[in-house]
Amino acid sequence: MNRPNPLFRNLNSKIASLPMMLIVLGVFVGGTVWTVLFSFTNIKILPIFTPKQWIDGFVGFANYKRLFNSDRWMSCPAITKIGQESWQFKCTGAMPNMITYAILAIIISISLGFLLAVMMDQKIRLEGMFRTIYLYPFALSFIVTGHVWAWIMSPEYGLQHAMRELGWTSFSFGWIADRQMVMYAIVIAGIWQGTGFVMALMLAGLRGIDEDIWKAARVDGIPAWRTYIQIVLPMMKPVMVTTFVLVASGAVRIYDLVVALTDGGPGISSDVPSRYIYQNFSANLGQSLSASTVMLVSMAIVLIPWMRMEFGKKSQA
Amino acid sequence: MKAFTMAAVLAATVALPSVGMATDLEVTHWWTSGGEAAAVAEFAKAFDATGNHWVDGAIAGSGDVARPIIISRIMGGNPMGATQLNPGKDADDLIAAGLMQDLTDLATAEDWAHILRPASQLESCTKDGKVYCVPVNLHSAQWMWTNRKVFTDLGMEPPKDINELLALAPKLQEAGIQPLSLAQGWPVGLMVNDILVAQAGVDNFVKVYKDRDLAIAGGPEFGKIFETLASIRQYTPADKMVPQWNEAVGLVIQGKAAANIMGDWAGGEFQVAKMVAGTDYDCLPGLGVTPVLNTGGDVFYFPKSADPAVTEAQLKLASTLVTKEVQVAFNLKKGSLPMRADVDLSAANDCMKKGLEILDHSSAVFPNDIQMIDRDSLNQINDLFTEFMANPDMAAADAQAKFVSIIEAAPK
Repeated sequence: MNRPNPLFRNLNSKIASLPMMLIVLGVFVGGTVWTVLFSFTNIKILPIFTPKQWIDGFVGFANYKRLFNSDRWMSCPAITKIGQESWQFKCTGAMPNMITYAILAIIISISLGFLLAVMMDQKIRLEGMFRTIYLYPFALSFIVTGHVWAWIMSPEYGLQHAMRELGWTSFSFGWIADRQMVMYAIVIAGIWQGTGFVMALMLAGLRGIDEDIWKAARVDGIPAWRTYIQIVLPMMKPVMVTTFVLVASGAVRIYDLVVALTDGGPGISSDVPSRYIYQNFSANLGQSLSASTVMLVSMAIVLIPWMRMEFGKKSQA
Repeated sequence: MKAFTMAAVLAATVALPSVGMATDLEVTHWWTSGGEAAAVAEFAKAFDATGNHWVDGAIAGSGDVARPIIISRIMGGNPMGATQLNPGKDADDLIAAGLMQDLTDLATAEDWAHILRPASQLESCTKDGKVYCVPVNLHSAQWMWTNRKVFTDLGMEPPKDINELLALAPKLQEAGIQPLSLAQGWPVGLMVNDILVAQAGVDNFVKVYKDRDLAIAGGPEFGKIFETLASIRQYTPADKMVPQWNEAVGLVIQGKAAANIMGDWAGGEFQVAKMVAGTDYDCLPGLGVTPVLNTGGDVFYFPKSADPAVTEAQLKLASTLVTKEVQVAFNLKKGSLPMRADVDLSAANDCMKKGLEILDHSSAVFPNDIQMIDRDSLNQINDLFTEFMANPDMAAADAQAKFVSIIEAAPK
């Protein structure tokens, strides 16, 4: 029998998606390859494209060496106490800042969002109004969120100033000027902005659970909180994964919130990788590209195992 | 009817500029504050009077915001007619790639080398013997501004220089007054540079930044600078810094801070507050230590165009920018010093006159950092000082060691 070639199945739709595939290949894959290749050269502000220029400008791992020697990117000095060896490290710099932000934002906004969604799910009155209120911050841009929180947390004008005017003179909430607390200030603003959105996703997930499952659980006498945790939560895995990917990718590329809230300050203590990349972009492109490549590789380390888990299973089944 | 009239007016404003022989030239710049916008309007007026049309392309924000946009537009093949930049190495790559209009013929014809001063300014526009940009004004950053009333109220003599101010600092702080106000970001770098020049001297500054003399960069003269900065850090910790330079100047005007280190553009703020130089406030060039000024300022570059009409308009604009009348009108509004010595500046205020006097003794004028070292290294130096001023745990010696390594790694 002459079986039809699978390549020509649904030929029309394949032709229709060809331009998109070409764009993906050219722009995304091509751009990525260019970024990685030219991160090994000493280009400054003019992008170059020919192999000859690549060979002329080749500097090996010099950009990477500088990146990891730079305190602004990452530095992990040991916390030493007098007279004893220390195995404790405290990392500072753009990369650890981003990781701190990502971990806290993912954990807090997902758990808080789920909790809010469960509360919304209790057939409460005025649900529409509450949903709108919680979702409102998400309608603001990060720039607006950043500036508003910058005022609230500023020691000069903000909450601290207001409380001290009222007579509580020891009150202290100037987090954006505090090197130790500034990343948490950014986390607060990020969570304020993002939790409503997570709640909306979770609520949609909860509403997608079949009523019959609830009835069955009630017949079996399982308390509501256990139903949520042991039955509903595992059933919401697809929603959870989507939410996780959205929140995590938002955290990795965080830029505008930091620029509006602290602009990397005080000093450079709240710098993040995308800000580092952008600031090097117009002065030292090669340096900027090497930082982008490091971000790309670290994302791949996180994503590839997950993708194998997700998509590898299906092909086995 | 009304709507129709409005539509007609709108259509006319869109259609009219394209009628006639005038060439539209889009000019990008980052002069957006009140005084700056008034100054740039003088350029536009003078250029429009030549029969061409100035299309204003102001980019809000500082040069740090505008510079990448301008450079990427020129690189991306969508050049503007003319653009403001700062003199220095920013445009070097663009010139090397042949993207910039050569102005040598015009410069020779109008004898710029003789009418414009100081010479260093035109020199930084010149690459391999060819002139690529027009300097339009001189700004100097080496100024300390003090509020006299703050000191006289406390029974002190107003300080004559930065060292006297630092000596008075503990007493000022006791009285609840911030000795030195400071804004976040680039003002930190500006202050550091000013202190560097004032305390280590121009020679050492040039030796380190231009000749990359590591012995001096790591030596005791520079070590003293880091100590000075560390003491300023005590009086102005991170939570006392304000977001914008004009807020820091404002603290001095209000008498909440005693002094601020900022460029000559701060003078505009005192003028707006109706304060008089010499009686209400002092302006101390070179922080009062050595009366020197750097030769920063603004220049205009003209990206190459394939259209001969545009090229002609570009040359016309370049020539307009350095005429006597335009130089006076522009600089009086901008608060900067004119490029030409042969103009009448009787309307200038005391601080500007102090500046002019120093400028006429050109040995006291020295090059800007970006004229000696590349932007990439400068960014790293800025990062270092920003961090040093905000991080009380960073030791002066460590910071100095890092400074030396940046200077060492900077490309020649």
